[in-house]
Amino acid sequence: MKKSVFLGTIAATSLIAGLAQAQSTLETVQSRGELNCGVSTGLAGFSAPDGNGVWQGFDVDYCRAVAAAELNDPMAVNFVPTTGQTRFSALASGEVDILARNTTWTFSRDVDLNFTFVGTNYYDGQGFMVTRELGVSSALELDGATVCIQTGTTTELNLADYFRVNGMAYEPVPIETNAEAQQQYLAGACDVYTTDVSGLAATRASFANPSDHVILPEVISKEPLGPAVRHGDDQWADITRWTLFALIAAEELGVTSANIDEMKAGTDNPEINRLLGAEGDLGAMFGLDSEWAVRAIAAAGNYGEIFSATIGEQTPIGLARGLNAQWTQGGLLYAPPFR
Amino acid sequence: MSISDDVRSATSAPKRAFRPSMLLYDQRYRSITIQVFFLFALMLGAAWLIDNTVNNLRALGRDFSFAFLNAPAGYDINQRPIEYNSQMTHGRAALVGFLNTIILAVMACALATVLGVIAGVLRLSNNWIVGRLMTVYIEVFRNIPTLLWILIFGAIMSEAMPAPSAFRGDDPAASMLFADSVAITNRGVYIPSIQFLRDLGDLQLGPIAPSLNWLLVLVVLVAGVYANKRLLQHATAVQNATGIRPKTWWKSILVLLGPVVVIFVALGAHLEYPELRGFNFAGGTYLRNSLIAMWLGLGIYTGAFVAENVRAGILAISKGQTEAAFALGMQPGKTMRLVILPQALRVIIPPLISQYLNITKNTSLGLAVGYMDLRSTLGGITINQTGRELEGMLLMMLIYLAISLTISGAMNVYNSRVKLKER
Repeated sequence: MKKSVFLGTIAATSLIAGLAQAQSTLETVQSRGELNCGVSTGLAGFSAPDGNGVWQGFDVDYCRAVAAAELNDPMAVNFVPTTGQTRFSALASGEVDILARNTTWTFSRDVDLNFTFVGTNYYDGQGFMVTRELGVSSALELDGATVCIQTGTTTELNLADYFRVNGMAYEPVPIETNAEAQQQYLAGACDVYTTDVSGLAATRASFANPSDHVILPEVISKEPLGPAVRHGDDQWADITRWTLFALIAAEELGVTSANIDEMKAGTDNPEINRLLGAEGDLGAMFGLDSEWAVRAIAAAGNYGEIFSATIGEQTPIGLARGLNAQWTQGGLLYAPPFR
Repeated sequence: MSISDDVRSATSAPKRAFRPSMLLYDQRYRSITIQVFFLFALMLGAAWLIDNTVNNLRALGRDFSFAFLNAPAGYDINQRPIEYNSQMTHGRAALVGFLNTIILAVMACALATVLGVIAGVLRLSNNWIVGRLMTVYIEVFRNIPTLLWILIFGAIMSEAMPAPSAFRGDDPAASMLFADSVAITNRGVYIPSIQFLRDLGDLQLGPIAPSLNWLLVLVVLVAGVYANKRLLQHATAVQNATGIRPKTWWKSILVLLGPVVVIFVALGAHLEYPELRGFNFAGGTYLRNSLIAMWLGLGIYTGAFVAENVRAGILAISKGQTEAAFALGMQPGKTMRLVILPQALRVIIPPLISQYLNITKNTSLGLAVGYMDLRSTLGGITINQTGRELEGMLLMMLIYLAISLTISGAMNVYNSRVKLKER
């Protein structure tokens, strides 16, 4: 009798475990009522907690849009700070559902680490920052310099390649987080700080005297930064991918958080109507309702609104749109059609 | 039938046939039953863990392979005891990290031992101020986590020391120490290094290639130490025979240093001084901030523990020994060196082994200040770039285990030599 109870328990446990395996990421998130979003440990403009402990930033707003689309609540996001070293383990192990942390889309990360990059939300490149008093005007004058880098990033590899190809020597100072790198750089323990240009601008904005530091003109790599999810759940990848496209398309179509309430009732533009669910039922195709995009855009605005509120030229970060303008404006942002 | 059989049958229980229930109720078998049961449970647990890992890896579409060790690493390492560049393999990078771990562990163990012995002896000093000072050192360092000390030393180095540019110009804000031979900067300390004019080449030993010059110096040094030992043994023999100890100090110096000096002159050894060139100092030996912070942090922190071991060892020796030595007219210094410490060693060595193991394992905190040890290379960047967490972690655990077992084995050999000989 006891034995059969024991065996029954084992069978039931394994059945539940098997069912839990089969549950899709969307179901897991919806039953949890919260989206686990992996962000940086603090990079002003992209993801950093404000004075009240509420996370703010470019990557944060993307996660809020995803949460709004799925859970109807942009604040239902649990932000998990990850370092360059821990981010991939956090995503692979399921600790986070989505990784939105200035992560460069590369072949080996996409293929070998078994992640799916759902798109590019910021086209970036690696640059160098030095103090103005150093009198350096080009990265090619940096032979023999001491360079602070964040370990576990692509910048580490680009840096090694760049200095090797140009026949220059350097002294790498590996550092774990952006905050530590900032402290080392300001203390003069390294001559140069290198990371993505957006990161350099964000870091420089938080200095006491930003004008004492220059970002050198050389951009030595392509760094398409984008959100990543695990391989194997295509529905989840589709939702996160098209949430990003919805934000981009909304800007192109002129849908903003201000006019979205009147637009969702229906306009004379069928593309807007399909996007906002007034025509057709695109949301049902991946398990959401028809107003998913309305909520995503209403959460923090369209791509352009998010950009200018978090890292744009009016903010202390002061980044120009550059490559991140719409394709109609000479940039690279191009959302496929919603139909 | 012999007598012994009679005796046995009279004293032991009457022989009964074995029944399965005896496995549980008979004391003779019960312990074996329990052990077998737990062994099976343990094996079952291990099998479940392995099976779970294999299944989960398969579910993630991942294989288990160490092939990544042969792929190009692509990243640079600042402190390179052996030749390395970013085009070499991840395996080579791990080896560099391993050597950095060993270098740090040896330096920190040496510092901890020296500090510990001095502080431990001085804490027992009759001089009130010296004794209390040592108490303060031990209690302050022992009761604050080692990571904090490492970060504090790192911060002191990078924040409080002058930048290399401060050494520049006609009226520099900072200047080098010891006749322009040592530069302390916020990037580390530059000290003169010994260079040879004539190079004998390198000894090719597979992955590592030590310089023949330094190997020669090492061999001569070891031979000198051995010769000096024989010299002292001879002096003791003469003393035992005649009662007069021959003067040996100048012979010792000659035997120990003479051949090394000859080798140095023959190879054209000279000092290379660091000098400011471009962004940084060049030449000489560069002790990076990270190394110094780790070295001081681990060495001084563990030194406090060693001091307590030493004090305990000394207190374990009966006061009668000191009194007897004093009665023979020995001075306090000699009493400590010749009577107390040799006996105390057998109490001190076993806990010292665990302190050395602690230092070696604590070197893995290196990442906190960017020291490129095994944890930062194999366990950090390599894992991160290749995504081979399981393989990398297993390999790293295996290497740390091997290092620790080696230290433990070597120290046990030493312990068996100094411990009380019972004949």
